[in-house]
Amino acid sequence: MSVADRTQGPTPRGSGLEPPSALSRSLDALAARLNRRAGTAFLLPGVLVVLFLSIFPLIVSLYISLVRLKFVKGGFELTFVGFANYAKLLVGIDHVHFLGLLANPSPLGWLVFGLVVVSQVVLLVQYFRTGKVSVAGTVGRIVVALGVSAGAWLIVHTLSPAGRPGTVVVTLLYVFVGIIVQYLLGLGLALLCAQHLPGRRFFRVVFLLPMMITPVGVAYLFRMLTDTSKGPFYPIWNALGLANTSWVTNPWGARAAVMIGDIWQWTPFMFIVLVAALESQSVEPVEAAVVDGASRWQIFWEITLPEILPVSSTLILIRLIEAFKIVDLPNVMTNGGPGTATESLTLHAYTIWRTLDIGGSAAVAYMLLLIVTFIGVAYANLIRQRLVERA
Amino acid sequence: MSFLMKRRRRNWSIFTPSPVGMVLSYLPLLGWAFVVLFPLYWLVVTSLKLPIDVDSGPFYVPFVDFKPSLHAWHYIFYDLRNDTFRPYWNTVVVSLTSTALALSLGSAAAYALTRFTYRPRLGAILTFMGCAILAIIAVNLRVPWQIAVVAAIALFIILLTTIGRRFKRALGNNDIAFWMISQRMLPPVAVVIPIYVLFQRLDLLDTWAALIITYVAANLPMVVWLMRDYFQSVPIELEECAAIDGASRYRTFWSIVLPLSLPGLVATFLFVLVFAWNEYLLALFLTSAKAQTLPLTIAAQNATRGPQWWYMSVLILIMIIPVIGMAIALERYIARGLLIGAIKG
Repeated sequence: MSVADRTQGPTPRGSGLEPPSALSRSLDALAARLNRRAGTAFLLPGVLVVLFLSIFPLIVSLYISLVRLKFVKGGFELTFVGFANYAKLLVGIDHVHFLGLLANPSPLGWLVFGLVVVSQVVLLVQYFRTGKVSVAGTVGRIVVALGVSAGAWLIVHTLSPAGRPGTVVVTLLYVFVGIIVQYLLGLGLALLCAQHLPGRRFFRVVFLLPMMITPVGVAYLFRMLTDTSKGPFYPIWNALGLANTSWVTNPWGARAAVMIGDIWQWTPFMFIVLVAALESQSVEPVEAAVVDGASRWQIFWEITLPEILPVSSTLILIRLIEAFKIVDLPNVMTNGGPGTATESLTLHAYTIWRTLDIGGSAAVAYMLLLIVTFIGVAYANLIRQRLVERA
Repeated sequence: MSFLMKRRRRNWSIFTPSPVGMVLSYLPLLGWAFVVLFPLYWLVVTSLKLPIDVDSGPFYVPFVDFKPSLHAWHYIFYDLRNDTFRPYWNTVVVSLTSTALALSLGSAAAYALTRFTYRPRLGAILTFMGCAILAIIAVNLRVPWQIAVVAAIALFIILLTTIGRRFKRALGNNDIAFWMISQRMLPPVAVVIPIYVLFQRLDLLDTWAALIITYVAANLPMVVWLMRDYFQSVPIELEECAAIDGASRYRTFWSIVLPLSLPGLVATFLFVLVFAWNEYLLALFLTSAKAQTLPLTIAAQNATRGPQWWYMSVLILIMIIPVIGMAIALERYIARGLLIGAIKG
């Protein structure tokens, strides 16, 4: 903020020839006063909006998640119940819906879980070896390691053959599978489009389109397309003997349909920013590398990738934050079903809201907030920083 | 950032692929173009089909496979005209108004954060939050809310003028910016319940005002984030000249800074507009009939007789045509506007 306040307010006027009248003098004084307050006038409305419509509701929401809210004539009644709403989600009657049905993982599951734990321990040990250990860093990393291990434990237990993933795991699945596929697809297309090809502009405009379509529309669109008997791909399903099965009645088929819709819609976001980043990349290193006889693969790996890493890390952070809010697709496409197989956390909160359990709904929303914050902060502090430093 | 301001003429020779590479590049590009365009094509085709053409299996090409008919368009625009145009009008009004408001409030705040220095005291903020929490608790203990608010404000002022001044620790501009931008992380479902209760109290449920206010709050962080980086890249010298010439800061902002940041404003406008245009969850909570927006109308089409694809396709098409038109027209701005945000983070 070194530039701040280098623009001074206006120098007082009124140094004219004729003496200013009383009215114009007081007007000038008012203008000068307003001008001195410009900083407040510019910032305050925005701050107030955020304060009253984000921060206060957030605090109230926390409180609501601790009560049982009952609608009575002309208003509502609150009964304080402590952490009962949360307990219901984690150990009570709703835990199968929220966490999923836990079952003993397969050997592969145990292997994955073991690998995750070992990697977390290795990362911690690496951190302690760097010699730049701080209290905040240590606590943060231990919390992250525990959180990641707990998440892995939950995932391998609910994704085992006898288990069933709850809304937490399904949401995580949407987010991570979605982001990885979107990023790779977007990067690949962007690399192709950043070449000197006739018709690049056509591709750039076309690839942008899905992002503009309302998610509700995307949901119906993909319901039409995945229809195995009336959809456009009927000949293919028929040839495979699948014409009478439906994606939507099979839990994994339904989840896949939701993920395909999400990927279709959000790959453009990765694509357009990555294309812009690739096109503004500095040319000299690439030219030098070409002169030195480097292969395309080497150029990509050694020059291009490091240069777009900072942009990529921010892109992933943005999508990470936005992807957790997914609700329209599963709600419209599959109605959360079969059963609760495709429900995301936001949809979970909404279904509970519809049963008028407002406190329970707020508790789900708060759990979602906790998960988003945990993953967002962990990503921004541990992974993103490293990516940016490497570049 | 400088490389964004001056567009360097690119030496294309090293980015020109060999003939074989060109063919290999076109294959995936055309493939993905098909993936993008085919669903849209299917939408258009379905909107021209009679129910029987949809139900008796897939037909691909109008006039060849089936005889196209405008019956679905007629139904949506004529038989259902009010049920179509009211939500459409609602969507137009709500998204344009909320985008305009979010853009003006947000860019003012973003500008302020790049050109003024703020040092809000930590003590004052904590006191304020404490008083707010006390007020909320008081309301729940059945104190009338007017009294609670007045008492809390009084307490806040008293504490601020006495104890609050002793805390010297202050925050800076970056903290304010981070605080505002991080609101984007908030899942809407976490705040929608209190907002619902608030609007119920104010009798604003199912009105334009409720949706506009909520969308402004939801999109403000986005505007601040994108515009702050844009303003930082606007050279300050012009503003200094304006100040020397006696222009007030409002004038400087309006007639110098804003015109210079037009590309950024356009990109942000489109982005925020699309968010408001397509928003589903908040509208689902806050509206029921009168102020219903198009996404809800479309979602509600899953009628008792099973999905009527032909009507739905028409609705989706009329909803996406305006935004798609804008996106095609403004494609250049979008990419650059987003890139600036992504570089600064």
